[in-house]
Amino acid sequence: MARLNINGQNRDVQVAADTPLLWVIREQLGLTGTKYGCGVAQCGACSVHLNGEVVRSCSMRVGDVRPTDRIVTIEGLSPNSSHPVQRAWAALDVPQCGFCQSGQIMAAAALLRKTPRPTDKDIDEAMTNICRCGTYQRIRAAVHQAAGNGNSGTSGRANRKS
Amino acid sequence: MTKIHDTTRDISRRNFIVGSAAVAGGGLALGLDLPLASAQQAQNAGNEVGIWVVVKPNNDCVIRIARSEMGQGTLTGLAQLVAEELECDWRRVSTEGLTPGQNLARKRAWGDMATGGSRGIRGSQDYVRRGGAVARTMLLQAAANEWKVPVEELTVSNGTITHAKTKRQTNYGRVAAAAAKLTPPDPKSVKLKDPKDWKVAGKPMKRLDTADKLNGSKVYAIDIKLPGMLNAAIKDSPVYGGKLKSIDDSKAATMPGVRKIVRVGDSGVAVVAETWWQAKTALDALTIVWDEGANGKVSSATIAQHLETGLTATETNGERREGDALAAIAGAAKKIEATYSTPFLSHACMEVMNATVRLTADKAECWTPTQNLEASLAALSSASGLPLTQCEVYRHDLGGGFGRRGGTQDYVRKAVLVAKEFPGVPVKTIWSREEDQTYDFFRPISMCKFSAGLDEKGNLVGLHVRVSGQSINAWLNPAAMAGGRDMRQLQGYWAEPGDAQLGYAVPNLLIEYAMRNTHVPVGPWRGVNTNQNGYYMECFIEELARAAGKDSLEFRRAMMAKYPKHLAVLNAAAERGDWGKPLPQGVHRGIAQFMGYGSYSAATAEVSVDAQGKVKVHRMVLALNCGHAVNPDQIAAQVEGSVAYGLSAVLYGECPVENGRMTSLNFDTYQIVRLAEMPKVETVIVPTGDFWGGVGEPTICVVAPAVINAIQAAIGKPVRSLPLKNVKLV
Repeated sequence: MARLNINGQNRDVQVAADTPLLWVIREQLGLTGTKYGCGVAQCGACSVHLNGEVVRSCSMRVGDVRPTDRIVTIEGLSPNSSHPVQRAWAALDVPQCGFCQSGQIMAAAALLRKTPRPTDKDIDEAMTNICRCGTYQRIRAAVHQAAGNGNSGTSGRANRKS
Repeated sequence: MTKIHDTTRDISRRNFIVGSAAVAGGGLALGLDLPLASAQQAQNAGNEVGIWVVVKPNNDCVIRIARSEMGQGTLTGLAQLVAEELECDWRRVSTEGLTPGQNLARKRAWGDMATGGSRGIRGSQDYVRRGGAVARTMLLQAAANEWKVPVEELTVSNGTITHAKTKRQTNYGRVAAAAAKLTPPDPKSVKLKDPKDWKVAGKPMKRLDTADKLNGSKVYAIDIKLPGMLNAAIKDSPVYGGKLKSIDDSKAATMPGVRKIVRVGDSGVAVVAETWWQAKTALDALTIVWDEGANGKVSSATIAQHLETGLTATETNGERREGDALAAIAGAAKKIEATYSTPFLSHACMEVMNATVRLTADKAECWTPTQNLEASLAALSSASGLPLTQCEVYRHDLGGGFGRRGGTQDYVRKAVLVAKEFPGVPVKTIWSREEDQTYDFFRPISMCKFSAGLDEKGNLVGLHVRVSGQSINAWLNPAAMAGGRDMRQLQGYWAEPGDAQLGYAVPNLLIEYAMRNTHVPVGPWRGVNTNQNGYYMECFIEELARAAGKDSLEFRRAMMAKYPKHLAVLNAAAERGDWGKPLPQGVHRGIAQFMGYGSYSAATAEVSVDAQGKVKVHRMVLALNCGHAVNPDQIAAQVEGSVAYGLSAVLYGECPVENGRMTSLNFDTYQIVRLAEMPKVETVIVPTGDFWGGVGEPTICVVAPAVINAIQAAIGKPVRSLPLKNVKLV
């Protein structure tokens, strides 16, 4: 039995304490926007926010989450896809298959909360999730756009021709 | 027609996103999202006008899609082609995915549903455009009948029909019911637009399928929830061809949630439980003894020895011969030899293999990510024993495909075997990442031995190419190998124009394939054999250019006069890639061109190699002639993605074999390029408008050679095996 605060609601779940938070989110809570990709904290498809920090939920035991910890999943990021990251993702048509994008968006949102105007280096360091379709170029541009940096960002501007 | 998804919701979501991104107050569009009264809903179901278009009374147009969407953007491109001929309002377009059961029930009216070989657009563009034109013709005729005027006097724009003489107007929504009752004209009789006049097709329209990928609401097959559903975790013999000898389930059987431990065929086992995590935990608690057979002794080293025999064998399995290459090389002023190799690679789709199956006495249903819905239906039918007409596969967009989820359908068959143990109960079988990596159909391993002769002026006078490696056809489609010949493994080296033609004229040319199969399952992997063959050929050409003391671009150009399309994309990549212009200190440039999937590709790469031998790819420019460019922004997205996919293979990709089994089972060892390693990619689309080429796969084959040729420029020596993580560069 665990009590979780998820997307602003308290939820009680009957589950073994060593179950990964990811599978509790997907199976017990029915929130399937958070994805299984690797199970070993490599790909980031399972990224959620824990007290505002991005964490890889596949490698976190639900028993280690306190009832007071605030968990936010992609479903709770904004009520209507209006988070600046979601809007930038839509504006630049970032997703291809889309499977990793929940995690990418959660990672980007956490980055911008800490670093509202990230440099390319900041983005390199924070955005370590795997996208097999290879949408990285648009992810970088969309993070800058969400930050109000313009499409190319601080060091990106130097690369731009013309 | 059964409901696939609620298109009203889709379009309203899309409008909302677009509206909210553009201006505050997407409120009107959001209003559409309110639940409709059921009577209105029934009326709003729309009228089928021809087979590809459904027009709703409110003038919304639903365009039907038969091919699979796995991120490559085909869904949007096909809708653009239909909408172009339909002359509807693009802002009111949504899509509806067809199921194989529907296609079968209508005698395959919607044609081939397979989505591979970069054929999604080019393989269906003609009949879907005709489908749009047929619908337009019927809608106009319905208006003409209502107004009792000749149809020739009507004009249409954005779904609004006008009769100028009498100043009357109506729209598609109002005439759709009458149009639906008309007999459709023969699709072959309708005239298609000249692509020069396109207004929707050929334009960088936003994707139609983005909105629900941003908020977690998109339901991939792995996300499906059904009443009473059970979950299964599955494991197969880690050694291909191995068998299950014994299972000790004394611990697993009593673990929480476990319902049953199921043998799957003679080589697999699954645990069925209430949740997948319970199933996976119990699966890991099984003690399994495998009969590994002789394959348990196979390793990367023994496979390499096997392939090496193919480099010199006298018997071959396909060749292309022009002139006398061996004599020309023997008599040449300068002789150059090299042997290249590439490893097995897994697809590693982000969404692991999965299938949910529900079997009753008279019905088999499946929810699964598939590139070939009809192959999934066939697998469901054969594994369940029910006729095709009692089977249905429900469409879900895929979390990546890359060739893994095409004709093989192994995962559907196995999921059916698991579900058979629970009649009437839906069972979702999910492969763990490790099992997904174990049971792939890998990109085939191969080696390539070159010998070449240059004359005293440095011209290539003879070239001998010997590819030795595993055959995809031998594993998946032996019927395609007449007389044991298999030219597919020489993809990109073919003489025939139009698909994967070698773009060089060499006076004496001998290209041969020696088949060397292994026990490892192989299959198509985005770009298939153009990947290996493009790397081999273009890097060896680079070696020849350097041996001849010539510029890499000029050396190629001199052999390409007979191949103007290959040459044009090479020139485009060179020009936009600043060939010959200075680079920052320590940065070097490489170039390559190759052809596959009916399209012409070329690339430049700017790369640096640091003192520790670490490679950084800074910028790549890729030029592509795919004939017609249906959505330039989505073509750019595919090109960008092909760089990431190709670069992962260059830097890290390999699936080593030890004791008969794969050892690289997750992303910690099977590394994938991440954002920090992604170069700046510039896409140069140079469509000539006189053919229809593919987009998803063609450009990946020039990524490796452009990068490796830049490395050769940096370090002064060739790199003849991939991935780079195994190569000491400095």
